[in-house]
Amino acid sequence: MKHPLFPYGHRRHADPVPGAPALSVRSVSAWHPGTEEPALSEVSLRVPAGARVALVGPNGAGKSTLLKLVAGLLQEESGEVRVFGNPVGACHHRVAYLPQRGEVDWRFPINLRKLVMTGRYVHLGWLRRPGARDRAAVDHAIERLGLRPLERRQIGQLSGGQQQRALLARALVGEADLLLLDEPLNAVDAETRAIISEVLSGLQRTGKTIMVATHDLDSLASEFDGALYLRDGREAEPEPGAFVGLRVGREAAWAH
Amino acid sequence: MGSLIELLTKPLQYAFMQTGFVAAVLIGVSCAVLGVYVVLRSMAFIGDALAHTVLPGLVAAYMLGLNLLLGAVVAGFITSLGIGWLSRRETLREDTAIGICFTGMFALGILLMSLTNSFRDFSHMLFGNILGVTRADLLLIGGLAGFVVLLLAMFHKELELTSFDPTQARSIGLSADRVRYGLLLLLALTVVAGIQAVGVVLISALLITPAAAASLLTTSLPRMMLIASVVAALSGIAGLYASYYLNVSSGAAIVLACTAFFVMASVLRAARRRPMKDAPIAGKPQ
Repeated sequence: MKHPLFPYGHRRHADPVPGAPALSVRSVSAWHPGTEEPALSEVSLRVPAGARVALVGPNGAGKSTLLKLVAGLLQEESGEVRVFGNPVGACHHRVAYLPQRGEVDWRFPINLRKLVMTGRYVHLGWLRRPGARDRAAVDHAIERLGLRPLERRQIGQLSGGQQQRALLARALVGEADLLLLDEPLNAVDAETRAIISEVLSGLQRTGKTIMVATHDLDSLASEFDGALYLRDGREAEPEPGAFVGLRVGREAAWAH
Repeated sequence: MGSLIELLTKPLQYAFMQTGFVAAVLIGVSCAVLGVYVVLRSMAFIGDALAHTVLPGLVAAYMLGLNLLLGAVVAGFITSLGIGWLSRRETLREDTAIGICFTGMFALGILLMSLTNSFRDFSHMLFGNILGVTRADLLLIGGLAGFVVLLLAMFHKELELTSFDPTQARSIGLSADRVRYGLLLLLALTVVAGIQAVGVVLISALLITPAAAASLLTTSLPRMMLIASVVAALSGIAGLYASYYLNVSSGAAIVLACTAFFVMASVLRAARRRPMKDAPIAGKPQ
């Protein structure tokens, strides 16, 4: 793995702490700037390396907030977040974040291939340009998500499902170990749904840890190892009969 | 045919026309390349504002007998940082921050002007005087233009990413705020260089109009920069010829040439679209 000469963050690399889970969140509370109500209060979570965890809850439950916190886009007010045992931002290339589609300016004049390439920037840092290795990673991800014929298309001229696959391709090319996906299956076509599901299970086989915010309760048992239910920024009890699987919430986070 | 060549070469025998042409092309190209980012990031207002806010720097430097460009650069930097600081993390909406800095600095410039009791001396600052560009000015303009284009090329990938997806940028530790400060400083430098050509009042046209014309014609960023540069350079040249033969203000002629190119680009785009109206558009969002 090549490391940047001039990394964007302060540090270029931090080794995982031996024995640490992929993600550990303890009693974290967070506010969005300029709001009164906390977006998250006292949430705890423990995700072992290699697990697939779903964040489940209605809109405004805090799913996106939790993902943003782990991605370093939002600062917690209290509590502690550790990624592979290190503070958030200690090793940017180990974490990939897939935003909701609305975060991207789709009218911007770049093509799909360029969008996917931006996922390699974390390995390049300032001044360095993409090389053969980066292009190979982009080729591979584009192929895997069935986007080859569209790679020269301007990103605004893609369908919603194609845009979503492009964002996933970008999350893949960074070769991160922890993937944070915010509603990757929201309002996409059947083809995209099938491709994304297949890619996600392929990722798990290669030992990646995946955390997905989702509305979709039907696929929980088949596609995830565990689930954290959120409501109004707090951990909620699952409905009777709902999928539970691996315990990842409060009790798991404080058991060690 | 001979007369046409004569028509084109006749102004070139004057040294001030030669430097004028070179200055117009240099300024046009640097403004156009940077202007593509200004247009894509919806910063048109800030370009105009920055131009107005360098006025107090120009006037103060004039009163103190210092280099005018230096005064303008300092004022431009102060404003860029001020706007960036006021609107950091969206404490204040950026356009509000711009409105405050813009009017305050412009008023300060006018106040300083009124102290000298001579508004006439400053007309070349307000409206530009590209035919008054000296060899030394030309060197400075060339240096500024080269510096701006070099930095844009060096930081292209960061500028691009923070323009269309600041969230992704932040998630890999790249501060979108810091990139924006850098862009504002480059904008200040470019504006200062361009003031020689078209003046404080019209400089934003050089930033915005060629880039906007180019954005109508292509969906590729490098091509957009290329088209905008060609439009700006041709406008500079056409404007100078018009100014020579029709004896009109060179700054206004250059800007109107840009406007004419924009109209042509709009017509071209409309003409290109019409035949395809009934055909299914490939890749149309479903």
